Amino acid sequence: MHLTVYLPLVLPLLAAVAARPLAERLPPSVATWLLAASAVVLALASSAVLGLLALTALVRIPWVDAVGEISGRVTSHNDPASVPVAIAAGALLTVAATAAARALWRQATALIAAGRQARRLPGAGQVVVTDDEAADAYTLPGLPCRIVVTTGMIRALSEPERQVLLAHERAHASGLHYLFTTAARLAAAANPLLRPVATATGYTVERWADEHAAAVTGDRRLAARAIARAALATTAAPPRPASRAASALGAVGALGAVSGQARMRRPGPVPCRVAALLRPPLPPRLLLLAVAVLLVAVAGASALEAALDFHALLEYAQAVGPS
Amino acid sequence: MRGKASQARDDAAGRRAAGELEAAVLAVLQAAASPLSPGEVRDSLGDHLAYTTVVTILSRLHAKGMLDRSKAGRTYVYVPVADEPGLAARRLARMLDAEPDREAVLARFVSGLSPTDEELLRRMLAEPPGATGAG
Repeated sequence: MHLTVYLPLVLPLLAAVAARPLAERLPPSVATWLLAASAVVLALASSAVLGLLALTALVRIPWVDAVGEISGRVTSHNDPASVPVAIAAGALLTVAATAAARALWRQATALIAAGRQARRLPGAGQVVVTDDEAADAYTLPGLPCRIVVTTGMIRALSEPERQVLLAHERAHASGLHYLFTTAARLAAAANPLLRPVATATGYTVERWADEHAAAVTGDRRLAARAIARAALATTAAPPRPASRAASALGAVGALGAVSGQARMRRPGPVPCRVAALLRPPLPPRLLLLAVAVLLVAVAGASALEAALDFHALLEYAQAVGPS
Repeated sequence: MRGKASQARDDAAGRRAAGELEAAVLAVLQAAASPLSPGEVRDSLGDHLAYTTVVTILSRLHAKGMLDRSKAGRTYVYVPVADEPGLAARRLARMLDAEPDREAVLARFVSGLSPTDEELLRRMLAEPPGATGAG
């Protein structure tokens, strides 16, 4: 193992900085795949490296060497990681694994609960209209996903705008978008450095559905207006605990089209989505995509290389035998 | 004036809290296989509510026609009335509000707006067609 072993620990930092610009510059479908996959690969790679570093401390303990019939002389002479680094890595890995397990449990129970609720909703159709003054609309993940729209939301929108809303939610349902956001969230639980990547994934999934709705209705301006009016109607309605969602989605994206005064405070995701629809669709930007994919691949490869190195070291130490 | 306004806000908060409790109680009864007594409801809720609070909520829900009740010994036992679609869905929404990761699994059409966002959106809607697309 040499210094490349630390690359998977550094690259999540870069990903955290790059997530938001990438979410704004790449077409949302591409960005969603890239961000979710990067989050998973980087979380796995960084956890693997922490594990390997911790193991290097373990194999220097004499009785571990005795049990494994490996040469302690070889393991302690051929490894660059110092004992404090290895112990720190072990502690970090323990925290990360605990957090990831907890997140997995919470996400799984929430998904199962939502799936059960989706099955229990009245009617057989995909769309359920609920009698509720508060304007709201969402997709419940499940098999199949169900789309819930309140009467308040229906009243707030014109007929073409409703088509936008339904096309948007159907894109979530048929594209199984919750899998991307769930994967990114779990990765961020294992490696908190990746939180901005998970946040950006939540945003690009919405943008993806927005673009789909714009394509279905054939009118980007209409789609933008539907989102803006729905958001204003939701906010005007009696308060509901949506603030958590707002902070979870965070302020992603910058608005090119708005005045300097507004730019001082970062606009939230909804104005960014509206602004993006008022601009022409984004080009694929293959070079940018290639660079991002390459960096993630480097992280994965260096974790793999470190694992192979460590394996080779163990085999060598085993060949030499206990000293 | 200010006093009155803050009073109104407190009242709104109180009502909301009561609404959430009602939803939680409904959820417990909905999940139960058989009619429940107030004591059983309280135990299922598990957040140290006073017995009288639970009784109050149950009678309020009964008065609203959302629960049926029958005598069982010295106390009443409660069941949710047969589902009417609107009620079922409303209850669903409230129940999900209580889930810790609700926002994580729901794909909501629009998330909440900050006052700045609201202002921004109003300005975007007000602008004449073609004026915003340039940036």
